[in-house]
Amino acid sequence: MIEAVGLTKRYGDKTAVYNLSFQVRPGAVTGFLGPNGSGKSTTMRMILGLDNPTSGHVTIGGHPYRRLPNAARQVGALLDAKAVHGGRAARNHLLSLAQLSGIPARRVDEVLGVVGLQDVAKRRSKGFSLGMGQRLGIAAALLGDPQVLLFDEPVNGLDPEGIHWVRNLMKALAAEGRTVFVSSHLMSEMALTADHLIVIGRGQLLADMSVTDFISANSADFARVRTPDTEPQLREKLTSALTEAGGHVLPEPDGALRVTGLALPRISDVAHDADVRLWELSPHQASLEEAYMRMTQGAVDYRSTADRKAGLQQPLPPGAQPPMQVPGQGQPGWYAPPPPQQGGQLFAAPQSAPGQAPAGPYGAPAAPGAVPGGQPANPYAAQRAPQAPAVAPVAQTPQPPAAAPAPPAAAPAPASAPASDPTKPEDAR
Amino acid sequence: MSTPQPPTPQAAPDWQAAPGSPYPVYTSPIPVVRAGLRHAVASEWTKMRSLRSTMWTLGVFVLLVVGIGLLTGAVVANSSTDVSTSNPLEQGFFGVLLGSIAVITLGVLTTSSEYGSGMIRTTMVACPTRSRVLAAKSIVFFLVAFVVTLVSSACVAVVHAALLEGQTSGPTGEQWFKATVGVALYVALLGLLSLAVGSLVRHSAGAITLMIGAVLAPLVVALFMFSKSLENVQQALFEYSIPNQLSIFYSNSLSDSGPSGLDPLWIMLGVTAVALGAAFALLEKRDV
Repeated sequence: MIEAVGLTKRYGDKTAVYNLSFQVRPGAVTGFLGPNGSGKSTTMRMILGLDNPTSGHVTIGGHPYRRLPNAARQVGALLDAKAVHGGRAARNHLLSLAQLSGIPARRVDEVLGVVGLQDVAKRRSKGFSLGMGQRLGIAAALLGDPQVLLFDEPVNGLDPEGIHWVRNLMKALAAEGRTVFVSSHLMSEMALTADHLIVIGRGQLLADMSVTDFISANSADFARVRTPDTEPQLREKLTSALTEAGGHVLPEPDGALRVTGLALPRISDVAHDADVRLWELSPHQASLEEAYMRMTQGAVDYRSTADRKAGLQQPLPPGAQPPMQVPGQGQPGWYAPPPPQQGGQLFAAPQSAPGQAPAGPYGAPAAPGAVPGGQPANPYAAQRAPQAPAVAPVAQTPQPPAAAPAPPAAAPAPASAPASDPTKPEDAR
Repeated sequence: MSTPQPPTPQAAPDWQAAPGSPYPVYTSPIPVVRAGLRHAVASEWTKMRSLRSTMWTLGVFVLLVVGIGLLTGAVVANSSTDVSTSNPLEQGFFGVLLGSIAVITLGVLTTSSEYGSGMIRTTMVACPTRSRVLAAKSIVFFLVAFVVTLVSSACVAVVHAALLEGQTSGPTGEQWFKATVGVALYVALLGLLSLAVGSLVRHSAGAITLMIGAVLAPLVVALFMFSKSLENVQQALFEYSIPNQLSIFYSNSLSDSGPSGLDPLWIMLGVTAVALGAAFALLEKRDV
């Protein structure tokens, strides 16, 4: 159990972490999320006694880290893959750490096998790829078979097989009753692995709740409405009609409208009353990624901007207008609309099963496997389907089931192709 | 030295065994051993022997001490100059002086390379008792530097004594002691000072530059002090410069005043103790 109370760290005038209090419990994977530079690593370092907090304190099992008896047997940590002397062979690196805590040398070979580095054990870690370095770091964390494990960005640089392995490893470790604390800036990754989330931004606590609660508190549903492209005036008409009816309308780059605050049947009614034809009316769920981005958008330190090449472009010919930027997805600083107000039911009951595979635009069935049928409103909530973040974009592109790539050669009968589709997420867990 | 110690099972830490804990708790089947300095020394020994840079720097050191020692010995033995009144072992000085740069480098790298690579964070997480790590590093490095210097300087001394057997009366016991054990202690202490400086500066290039500057600068500066009013400063710089302190072990000092006998050893011991003390204090206080 890790417990932080009023943890604060200042470097000169810069406050890296401010008044952070949280608990990390055993038996669960706790995700530690935040944008780059939000203080995740600083917090990790304070937990591990590498940095002294300016104020507050953090304990592991009731002891400050530096007073833990035989710390390496109680806490294992992956800080960053580079925390290794590149000139030393992988096995010697682990052996020196094992000797430091009185761990038998045969345990070194054991963990090398666990992380799959036994074949390169005699090679110097300088020549390791990022993924191999990460595996070596994980091996060091597992060396003492500790009760508490901390991982700072464990999946950085790992291949899909490695990511899959780390996910399972962390879940297995937690299932054994250990405390597992994993930092990441990838919400999608945490949604798959973590049971509990601690979100920080600019060094302050933004959220400390279970993944399920995080989703219900932050995910925002919206409806995508498309009017005939050939008649732009209909779009204007519908926009004003929907706004009048109490909806919140945002234009999307491709000309569709993103509507919140109105149930789907109501949108249809409004459109009918306004005599506007619709080409699309579909329910959508903002991904957890977006919920996280929205939560942390005020706390991002390093924000990318459009590359305008100012002063390097040929001046526009007189009279020409620069292309208008439509605010929308994919542009820096734009996120999904905020979650609905308390009690504001976004999709009313008649819109029967929100979890049912939503029909793609133009009536085409949604991509296979995009949203398994009969699933509760949020794909993360119970099953945490790995493909969930892609739900919105996938639903946008019509993709009949037949389009699923059949495995080349040695493929089973075409009828069973979708089931054995290598991109199928079921076996990605 | 790195043989696995028989694990002495120890009661699980109290917090783990806390009865009535609301949470499930994992207990490792691997027996817990109370880690101590002995383990840290074994670990540092593994670290030192598993790096090529250790082998290279020590190889260069042996090459310089033995190679230059043999060359100067051969030249002096074959010349017709009368060497009967001087210390027959004094020609070992040049090799040791140049070799000390390799020991300085190794000393600095022992600590600072961990900071450069980030390894220090891994080490300090595995052993949060930071002073234990530095103590183990100091012990391992000092022993390695002492043994290697002792062996190579003893080799050179034996060869020199044999080469000049007819021309001098043979080295006295004190001369033997100073040219082997004395020099080895001094060089190992100089390396330990570098290790402390490496831990203080935490930057390899910076610390090595600082140490080589400390060895050479006083002598070079003193060379150009022509002004009469600076005569005393010049004298002190000459006498207490590290090359001159080293030469005292071979009784071919620049001057007859200043440190003599085993004084350089005590001077170096004092300086190293202060630097190492500062390194220990800062290590405990600073963020890694």
